[in-house]
Amino acid sequence: MKNKEPLILVVVIIFTLVTYYLVEPFAHSQMHKHVESEHFAYADLPAPTKTGDVARGQELVLGAAACTGCHGIEAAGMPAPMDAVTAAASYGVNPPDLSNAGLVYDAKFLTDLIKNPAHALMVEHKFDINKGQMHPMVPFYGAGGDMDQEVADMVAYLVSIAPKAEDLTPAMAFETACGRCHAVHYEKWTQIGSKPMFKKKQDELAFDTQVLDYQDSLKAYMGKLPPDLSMYIRSRGEHFISTFVENPQNYLAGTAMPRVGVTAESAEKVIEYLEDSGDTKRHERESIGVNVMLYMLIFVIFAILWKKQVWRDLH
Amino acid sequence: MAHFTKATSIKDWLNQRLAIEKVEKVMMSEYWIPKNINFLWAMGMVLVITFALLLVSGIFLLMYYQPNVNTAFDSVNYTIMREVDFGWLWRHVHGVAASVVFLIIYIHMFTGIYYGSYKKGREMIWISGMLLFVAFSAEAFSGYMLPWGQMSYWAGMVITNLFAGGSLHADGLVEWIRGDYVPAQAFLTRFFMLHVLLIPVAIMGLIGLHFGALRIPHVNNQDGEDIDFDVEADKYLKGDKAGSKVIRFANDFMAKDMMVVAFYLVFFFYLVFYHYGFAMDAVNFDPADGLKTPAHIYPEWYFLWSYEILRPFSTDIGLMAFAFAQVIFIMLPFLDRSPNTVPASRRGLFKYWFWAMLVDMIVLTAMGKLPPEGIFSTIGLVAALTFIGLWILLPIITMMEKKA
Repeated sequence: MKNKEPLILVVVIIFTLVTYYLVEPFAHSQMHKHVESEHFAYADLPAPTKTGDVARGQELVLGAAACTGCHGIEAAGMPAPMDAVTAAASYGVNPPDLSNAGLVYDAKFLTDLIKNPAHALMVEHKFDINKGQMHPMVPFYGAGGDMDQEVADMVAYLVSIAPKAEDLTPAMAFETACGRCHAVHYEKWTQIGSKPMFKKKQDELAFDTQVLDYQDSLKAYMGKLPPDLSMYIRSRGEHFISTFVENPQNYLAGTAMPRVGVTAESAEKVIEYLEDSGDTKRHERESIGVNVMLYMLIFVIFAILWKKQVWRDLH
Repeated sequence: MAHFTKATSIKDWLNQRLAIEKVEKVMMSEYWIPKNINFLWAMGMVLVITFALLLVSGIFLLMYYQPNVNTAFDSVNYTIMREVDFGWLWRHVHGVAASVVFLIIYIHMFTGIYYGSYKKGREMIWISGMLLFVAFSAEAFSGYMLPWGQMSYWAGMVITNLFAGGSLHADGLVEWIRGDYVPAQAFLTRFFMLHVLLIPVAIMGLIGLHFGALRIPHVNNQDGEDIDFDVEADKYLKGDKAGSKVIRFANDFMAKDMMVVAFYLVFFFYLVFYHYGFAMDAVNFDPADGLKTPAHIYPEWYFLWSYEILRPFSTDIGLMAFAFAQVIFIMLPFLDRSPNTVPASRRGLFKYWFWAMLVDMIVLTAMGKLPPEGIFSTIGLVAALTFIGLWILLPIITMMEKKA
C-alpha cells in the first residue's frame, strides 16, 4: 500500500492557506481603504525659494511677527505666555512651544503654515475666512519687506535653535507633534504634560481637574476628545498611523484632525513612541521567539528518533 | 474487604491499592489502535496538547485579569502586556491557541466525515465530539468578551441579540442573558464565570466522555477495514508485531502522535511569536465604546461559516437557517443512511458530497468576513443555500449508495 500521507498533508495545507488568504489578507483588502505613503514629501506645498537668515529670523520671531505673543520658546529663554489650560480656553488647544519645531516639522510645511495655517494644516473646510471662521493661529501678513524672505528667515531661525537631529527622542517628537491633543495614559502622558507622582491626593486631584478643564476646551475645539493613543500601534498598525499623520483627509475626509507636518524622521520617532506604549515587549518577543523555535526544532528531532525506534519492530 | 499484604516495593504498595498495572494495561499498553492510520489520527493528541496550552496560559492570565468594565481592558493591555513578566507571552499563547484549536477541530471533524468514523457503533464518538465543538465555541465566545475591547462589546451585543428570536421579540430573554439592557458589568462578570469555570468544567467532562466513547467501538482506520481487535492483539502479544494489524496506544501510537505534535508545535510557536495578528483582531485593541459602532463587525474566523448562513436571509429565515446550521452536524450519523464505513473516495456520490461540503464551508467562511455587498452577498446566499441543500441531499444519496 502506497503512503498517502504526503498527499494528505498537501491537501490540508492548501485548504488551510486558501481559507487564511480569504479571511485575512483578502478580506482586509476589501474592508479597509489602502493609502500609499507619500514619504512625507508634502508635494502639494511649494518648495521654499529663499535662503533664510538666522539673525533676521530671530528678530522677526521675537519681534515683528509676534510669534511669542502665543508661543513659548524655552530654547530661547521665552516661557509660554499662558499656562496650558488658559491657553486652551483661549485658542481651543495649547499653542506649541517652538523650541523643537525646526526639527520636528518639515521646513516646507512650516513655511506654508506661517503664511496660511489652515491651508498647511488642511483644515480649510473648518476654517473658512470668507465665512468668518478664523484659524486660532493668525497668519503672518509680512513685516514690510519681501514676505517670502521673511518667512524663510523665521524658519531658518527655528531650525537654528532646534536640537540636533540625532538628539530627537521619541517622546520629544510625540509631545511636540501629537501630545497637545492626544493623551497616552500607558506612558502617563496627558494633554498638559506628563502626569507626575503626587504625595498628596489633593495635588493629584488638582492636576486631574486641570486635565479635565483642558480636555473640555479641546472637545469644544475639535468636536470630540481626540482618542488616547496608548494601544494605537496594535489597533491601527504602523502603516495606518504613518499615512494618517501624513494626511488625515486621505482616510477621513472632513476630519478635524490637522495635517501635522512632521518630517519622515519625526514620524518614525512618533511610531517608536507608540510602540513603546502599546508593543513594549517587541524586542523580548523576537529574542525569545528565536530560542523557542530552536528548542522546538530540537524537540522535532528527538520526536522523530523516538518514533523511528518504536516503529522499527512494527513494520 | 480486599486482602492486603506487606508491600515489597512502592509499585506493589500502589498496585494493591490502585491497581496501577491493570490501569496501565487498560489505558496504555493494551489499548489497541489500528496500525493503518495516517497523521490525521494524531489530531486528537494535538487537540489535547492545545487544550493544555490554553489551560496553563489561562491560569497565568487569570492571576492578573480583572473582570471589571473599568479595568478589564487595561488589566489585559497594560498589566499583562507590559508589567507582568512574560504576561505578553501567555496572552499570545492563549490567543493563538484559541484560534488554532478550531483549525485542528475542523481538520479532526472532516477527517471523521471523510473516513466515516461516526458510523456503526461510533455514533457516540461523533456526538460527544460535536458537543465538545459547541462547548469550545461557547468558551471561545465568552473568552472574547473578557478584554472588553470594541469587538468584545459589539460581538457580545450582536450575538446575545440573536436570542431575541427575530419576530418573536424575546427581548426579555436577551436582557436576562445580559443581566442588563446592554452589555455591561453584569454581562462581563457572568461571561467571565462561564469562561473560567462552568464551560472549562463541561469541556473536561466531555473530553472524558469522548475518550470513553472510543473504547468499545475502537478507533477507525484509513482503509475502512473491519479489524478483529482480539485476534490481532493476541498476535501482537505473541511477538508478531509486524504482522499484527494493531499497535499499543503507548508507546507505539503515542510515539507517532508525539512526532506529529512536535511538528505542530513548531507551526504553533511560529504563529505565537511571528504571526499572531490573525488571532488578535486589531479592532479589539480599542477599548469598548457603546457609542461608537465599528465599521465592520465580524466574528473570529471559525464562526464565519455559520454567521454567513445567518446573514444573507431576512431576520426570521436567517435565524432558522442559523439554528439549522448549529444542530445539523450532530445529526450526521443518522442522516448518512449508507452502511458503508469506508473512506469517502470509495463511496460513490458521497465522495462529491464531502468535497462540496468542505469547499462550501470555506466559501461561507470567506463571505462571512467580507462586507455583505454586491457580488459577495450573492455568493454568500448561494453558498448558504448550497449548505442547506447538501444536508437535504445527504440521506438521499447515501440511501442510493451501493454496498462497498
